[in-house]
Amino acid sequence: MRAKTADKIATSVIIAVAALIVLVLAGLLGYILVRGLGHISFDFLTSAPETIRKGGGIGPQLFNSVFLLVLTMLITIPIGLGAGIYMSEYAPANRITNFIRLIVEVLSSVPSIIVGLFGLLVLVNLFGFGFSLFSGALALTVFNLPLMVRITEQGLKGVPREQKEASLALGLSKWKTITSVMLPIALPVILTGTILAAGRVFGEAAALLFTAGMSSPRLDFTDWNPFSPFSPLNPFRPAETLAVHIWKINSEGLAPDAAEIAAGASAVLVITVLIFNFGARWLGRYMHRKFTAIK
Amino acid sequence: MAQSLERQKAKPHLVEEWVGKVYTLLCIAFLIITIFSIVYFVASKGLSTFFVNHVNVIDLLSGLKWVPEGEPALFGALPFIFGSFSTSILAALIAAPLGFCAAVFMVEIAPKFGRRYLQPVIELLAGIPSVVYGFVGLSVIVPFFRNVFPGQGIGIAAGAIVLSVMILPTITTIATDALAALPRGLKEGSFALGATRWQTIYRIVLPTTLPALMTGIVLGIARAFGEALAVQMVIGNAPHIPRSLFESASTLTSAITLSMGNTAMGTIANNALWSLALILMLMTFVFVFIVRWLEGRSKL
Repeated sequence: MRAKTADKIATSVIIAVAALIVLVLAGLLGYILVRGLGHISFDFLTSAPETIRKGGGIGPQLFNSVFLLVLTMLITIPIGLGAGIYMSEYAPANRITNFIRLIVEVLSSVPSIIVGLFGLLVLVNLFGFGFSLFSGALALTVFNLPLMVRITEQGLKGVPREQKEASLALGLSKWKTITSVMLPIALPVILTGTILAAGRVFGEAAALLFTAGMSSPRLDFTDWNPFSPFSPLNPFRPAETLAVHIWKINSEGLAPDAAEIAAGASAVLVITVLIFNFGARWLGRYMHRKFTAIK
Repeated sequence: MAQSLERQKAKPHLVEEWVGKVYTLLCIAFLIITIFSIVYFVASKGLSTFFVNHVNVIDLLSGLKWVPEGEPALFGALPFIFGSFSTSILAALIAAPLGFCAAVFMVEIAPKFGRRYLQPVIELLAGIPSVVYGFVGLSVIVPFFRNVFPGQGIGIAAGAIVLSVMILPTITTIATDALAALPRGLKEGSFALGATRWQTIYRIVLPTTLPALMTGIVLGIARAFGEALAVQMVIGNAPHIPRSLFESASTLTSAITLSMGNTAMGTIANNALWSLALILMLMTFVFVFIVRWLEGRSKL
């Protein structure tokens, strides 16, 4: 009897905690959206921020975040794919491979602020890229690579052996087998993971404080020459992203409506993350259905 | 001529193979060079406080006063070290039972509901950017603490709560994987002996999966330890050891975040900040090795 009572109590506690977690998330999302959505308007999304006056927007920050995301993924994907392919297909089972695995593990747990400091020292100062989108993208590449490697490895490991062997038996080279037979099969997993990684890039701020910088020059959205210093497309200009902007106005915002701007910007950030999250799920399921012909 | 043509025809295969091998090796080399240069640059900067500026290591680690611009300048990093450890360990103490309950719920009690609703919820928690957590902490938790407890509301308690929500997904995911990987026979044997679900969980599941659960907790602490902005926003950033949980404190990451931009490269004040970064990095390595050790002990 006592054991049964304990069982009942424990079960209810566990269910209560699970419910609490769902409530916390619902409260969190609800709070951010309710506080922020009212402040989001077309004007807010497109106009430039104000430092002291009311009514500033997040236009340049939003653009910077998207641009930085594209730049980062352009660098991360080829390197991450290559390294992941090596770990899954080429790496011999020996001490060196184990060591590389340890390195990937260490790299994935290095705090993003350390990556940012490293970027400040090496990319911004030593290589002279300055506070720029390019420095930021490289720092985020470092931050994202271990994730990309793991995703690729996981995707390739999930490919059935027979398919790989059949391709090799037909006389295709190993590289051809990997790129034309295995990668397409692994694509749903890799793509889903990549989109989730991209969502992380969008919200990352600590690594960017010291690499992409905390300010944007006045952008001229009519100037699309990537070499002009005020062009939005210039990758060698400093750029404050949305996440960095939220941090900055919360710690040193002088505008009277700083709290509203932070709420609005947070809502934009969370909505973007939600879109990435659901998009990745949907795309993964869609491609899985398409490739495996399972209805 | 004809012979060389033939040889060329046979070659694409090899060239292809070679291209693939070299390309993937270069990617791996990039990875390895990156991590070694991170370690090298952070260490060389962080150590120059001791070798160039002749600050005593023990003084830095045990000093209570951080006055980088004072006369004499004092570099006591203990308040930051204390702040980092207390916030991340407290966060783990809050998140570990919650994460464990969520995992048990998903694996043992309501697998269908869990997989369908709770798991996506937890993955979403993992995806929310840290500045958003900081913002919510600043606008909900801090005012709440200010009204309920003495003090300004900012401090270690606020930091720990924000961090606990942030590391909950890490702990839950690993605990869920560990529970799900448990051999069925073990639980069935326990049920067959007449044990209740809670007895089975408490006496069989928990002890068997303990190393994996610990792994999750250590990974969570590691994440909390390295988290910069969310904590910085709610902790208050006063460089002293607080006397209560609701008094302004500071962590290694928040000190670096706030001061790095205000010091000139190469000065002693700047080097001291790099020493904080070095401590942070060394702690990361310690966490990785604890995790490796725990994984080696796992019985599954």
